[in-house]
Amino acid sequence: MSASILLLVALGLAFASFVYGRQKAFAVAARGGGVSTLHSLPGHYGLLAALWCALPAIAIIVLWKLFEGPIISSLLTSSLPEQVIANGTSAIDLYKNDIQNIVASGKVSSEQDANKQAVALKLLSLNKLNQVLLTIIALCAAIVGAVFALRMIKPTTKARKKVEAVVHAFLIACASIAILTTIGIVFSVLFEALRFFQQVSIVEFISGTKWSPQTAIRVDQVGSSGSFGAIPLFLGTMLISAIAMLVAVPFGLMSAIYLAEYATPRTRAIVKPLLEILAGIPTVVYGFFAALTVAPFIRNLGESIGLSVSSESALAAGSVMGIMIIPFVSSLSDDVITAVPQSMRDGSYGLGATKSETVRKVVFPAALPGIVGGVLLAVSRAIGETMIVVMAAGLAANLTVNPLEAVTTVTVQIVTLLTGDQEFDSAKTLAAFALGLMLFVTTLILNIIALHVVRKYREQYD
Amino acid sequence: MVDKALNDTHQSAFDAIKETVGEFTVADPKMRTKNVDVFYGDKQAIFDVSLDIGNNEVIAMIGPSGCGKSTFLRCLNRMNDTIPTCRVSGSMSLEGEDLYGPNLDPVLLRARVGMVFQKPNPFAKSIYDNVAYGPRIHGLSNNRAELDDIVIGSLKKAGLYDEVKDRLEAPGTSLSGGQQQRLCIARTIAVSPEVILMDEPCSALDPIATARIEELIDELRENYAIAIVTHSMQQAARVSQRTAYFHLGKLVEVGETNHIFTNPSHELTENYITGRFG
Amino acid sequence: MIDVNNSPGASGSEPSNDTSATRKNTTELVKATLARRYAAEKRFRFYGIFAIAASLLFLAVLLTSIFIKGLPAFTATKVQLEVTLDTELLGIDATANEDAIRAANYAAVIKKAMRERFPDATKRKQKKELDRLMSTGAEYDIARRVQENPNLLGQTVTLWLQADDELDALIKSGVDLTKPDAISTRMSDQQIAWANQFKETGEVKTGFNTAFFTNGDSREPEQAGIRAALTGSAFTLLVTFLLSFPIAVAAAIYLEEFAPQNRWTDIIEVNINNLAAVPSIVFGLLGLAVFINFMHLPRSAPIVGGLVLSLMTLPTIIIASRASLKAVPPSIREAATGLGASPQQVVWHHVLPLAMPGILTGTIIGLAQALGETAPLLMIGMVAFIVDIPTSITDASTVLPVQVFLWADSPERAFVERTSAAIIVLLGFLVAMNAVAVLLRKKFERRW
Repeated sequence: MSASILLLVALGLAFASFVYGRQKAFAVAARGGGVSTLHSLPGHYGLLAALWCALPAIAIIVLWKLFEGPIISSLLTSSLPEQVIANGTSAIDLYKNDIQNIVASGKVSSEQDANKQAVALKLLSLNKLNQVLLTIIALCAAIVGAVFALRMIKPTTKARKKVEAVVHAFLIACASIAILTTIGIVFSVLFEALRFFQQVSIVEFISGTKWSPQTAIRVDQVGSSGSFGAIPLFLGTMLISAIAMLVAVPFGLMSAIYLAEYATPRTRAIVKPLLEILAGIPTVVYGFFAALTVAPFIRNLGESIGLSVSSESALAAGSVMGIMIIPFVSSLSDDVITAVPQSMRDGSYGLGATKSETVRKVVFPAALPGIVGGVLLAVSRAIGETMIVVMAAGLAANLTVNPLEAVTTVTVQIVTLLTGDQEFDSAKTLAAFALGLMLFVTTLILNIIALHVVRKYREQYD
Repeated sequence: MVDKALNDTHQSAFDAIKETVGEFTVADPKMRTKNVDVFYGDKQAIFDVSLDIGNNEVIAMIGPSGCGKSTFLRCLNRMNDTIPTCRVSGSMSLEGEDLYGPNLDPVLLRARVGMVFQKPNPFAKSIYDNVAYGPRIHGLSNNRAELDDIVIGSLKKAGLYDEVKDRLEAPGTSLSGGQQQRLCIARTIAVSPEVILMDEPCSALDPIATARIEELIDELRENYAIAIVTHSMQQAARVSQRTAYFHLGKLVEVGETNHIFTNPSHELTENYITGRFG
Repeated sequence: MIDVNNSPGASGSEPSNDTSATRKNTTELVKATLARRYAAEKRFRFYGIFAIAASLLFLAVLLTSIFIKGLPAFTATKVQLEVTLDTELLGIDATANEDAIRAANYAAVIKKAMRERFPDATKRKQKKELDRLMSTGAEYDIARRVQENPNLLGQTVTLWLQADDELDALIKSGVDLTKPDAISTRMSDQQIAWANQFKETGEVKTGFNTAFFTNGDSREPEQAGIRAALTGSAFTLLVTFLLSFPIAVAAAIYLEEFAPQNRWTDIIEVNINNLAAVPSIVFGLLGLAVFINFMHLPRSAPIVGGLVLSLMTLPTIIIASRASLKAVPPSIREAATGLGASPQQVVWHHVLPLAMPGILTGTIIGLAQALGETAPLLMIGMVAFIVDIPTSITDASTVLPVQVFLWADSPERAFVERTSAAIIVLLGFLVAMNAVAVLLRKKFERRW
């Protein structure tokens, strides 16, 4: 049976256990003098039986599926032709891939290469054995679990407590997925990045000014491993983020101030959702708009006043990104500004300050820590933004701070290096993970500082 | 049933207040108000109140919660402008100038009629900048030395200077509650107002800090007209020369503080002072 | 504490300074500043209005430009052609099986029909240009008809067939075809003249572009459709929902109702808040390294996309669910606990049902974000050229925003139109999802 059918069968068995367990509990209760003689409700006994039936089986199926791939693969290695093994790991992987394809296409019998046919047959038999084993073991586990639980149906069994303990564990596990995700991110980028740094020195990566990873795929070329100096990428990322911030911060902040301090509740109720629409538009749409409308517009504008502007200028990508971030800055600042106590404004008005004086000299300084926190989050977002720059910024790693020229960013390079055909072990591919590590660490630091600042700020006025 | 009975008593008490007992005018008025009505939307909060505030006097406004005393106070420097639904009718004037007239600027008015609030509300700035805020926005000083004079003078008048002279750059919020309130008073004085309005300035403070503020109010009387709203009858008795008793938005009785507290003319005033309600 | 010694000195030092003269001075000084200050006030207010107006103007420009570019893609041009289904030209006869019918040479039939329609095309180049007026989609169209009704073989039928994208654009633009010099197109004057003949005789019509909604991707713009991407998006969102909703709700319940105040809980909370701000592309790297390279799940498949997007969406839904749970007043928990319900029974029977509308609202908003997400899906290979409609969560597929990305890269002008149209469809779904969320919130909003 395939894994999904097996899962369905396990769930079906669990349901049957539930129904039977519940009935049995009623029967036990009737013998003992009513449901109140049981420790728990009959439904709890049913649930207990269902859990004991389903959980072990599901756990076995999931674990099995996680590890069957690598295990079958290593078993298959032993039956590969010797000349393939002699050619090293990439050749082995390639060969195995062929075999997988042959098996998947169902044309094993018509395969020309006798070696390949033999290995494919071996794989077929391994697969078959694998499925039979899994089916037997999983079903046994389900049945044994159910029988065990059904035998436990007695008035003294604390079924509710046991069920709730399982549920509690499930809740904890779900909450802990956040931690697992972080660990997963750290390990997936860290390991590949470390492998990259074995091939390219970390010093070159951080301080080199030449980025041309494309040459790295020519493995046959002795001594040429590509240039992996990431400074132009960092600079390009910073340039575009800075442009974005120059747009997003003034516009976002002034919008927030107007909405929080000046606008009537009616205006606020209309304008705020409209601004939120900007935040809800997918970034790929912004990218399309930046590349197709804004970039040519800026180029024509520049040319009309005699400036040469690249068609993939940092200015186009940065300003569109800035507009995308406006609602983000605006809603964070709005929260922060409205958290400033009214009594502080009253104090200022009571002294004869005008509204703008109150906003600029009393409310703004009071809200500043929170606003800074919000801006840091916005910076982190700008650095990590991908689609706009992929579609509207350049690929060439120019070392420049001229916003009219094309620059490339960390995220653009990650996408470029990882889309399309690739070898997983090449320095080119691994470089993407090194860049990912840089990106993750930078944004993580920004986020932690920002969240800390914002939280401290909130505590101050709560 | 009980509620209804209580409502009826209230209604009859409300109807019974026909006109203010006692003399609401003074010989040397700083501010005059006549037949003031205040509305929040459709709801009327103040009914036909007339009351003068004299030069160099402390007038206390007392009464049970929701009697309109704070609302009335906030009308005196148009702080109610910040509430969009609030509407004021009747006449209010500062030295003959109509507070709600077309020629009077609320910014100028608030510079002349300062306000101290219930909860100390120092700005998120240093002690120095808190006090310097008013003079700075109003352009009252030409240079740093003048500003220093104003700040130090105000802090001294508020009796705070000696406690903070070594840490003028510390944030205003680092002070204790009583000190913060004195800082707010210094902040108000720094603009050289003519009238200071105080809205229950001691309600958030402990007894010792309260005593210190009361002492200060007494000293400030020399130079300012002061109107103070208070919940505490004892405080009114201690600091004020005249007392006005508000009830359900109406001014019931006004007169010399001694007189009000020893021999009130109106039954409601007497009930309040003797603690039958409030 | 009062420093009794200080107070008299402090307050009594310079009372005489505050004469009425200095006060007059204050009034004058303040009056002198008023004009300047009110001007500043006005300016400041204007900055605020300007900021909002500029943002909204940009929104309007963005949406209008996309709608103007995209709307034509919802109609398509068809050409009326008299086609003789000559079995000899087709290379099949009446006994042909389905495969043979599908593979028959319909292009030749169409070419012949076109040449009969325009006998003036005699030179090689002219013939080529003539052939280019029709889409290859016309061949599939005829093939489908023949498959449905093999009796058509050998007969002459009049059919409405799909036009090429250039002809399509020309007809839809509504320009005067008698003045070829004024038209900017890649078509030759000769082709325009033919198009004009078609138009004058009523042999072209534009109608709703069903192909756009029923086809998968194609190299030919006029045949490219979003069906495959839509199906891919639906599968991906389904996986995302099935994974993220229960997990997020469970996590929120744990953190809000059961979690003890300890280090572990703190770490979880910090993690959730941070994950909400981690760039989406990093989740793509995680998906590539863990789900594809380590677990060997199929590349480009909705299952992997769904997994990655669930991890991304989890923080959003958890945060919204926690807010919703928190809004349920403690009195309800106390009431249920007072009746002897266990803490879990309190949650399942009372708190969760009350919090559900808020949780669903958060979930829909999270899913709307996931629907618009592109970058992480590029990492896990969902950028493939997908012609066939995916039928399961393990088939190679793409999603709507990635389709937008792919088409945006294509040079043909007709793809710009289709990209914009795909964006309109995408925005339509997002608007619908958010509208449901808003309605849900409005309908079940409860003030305690």
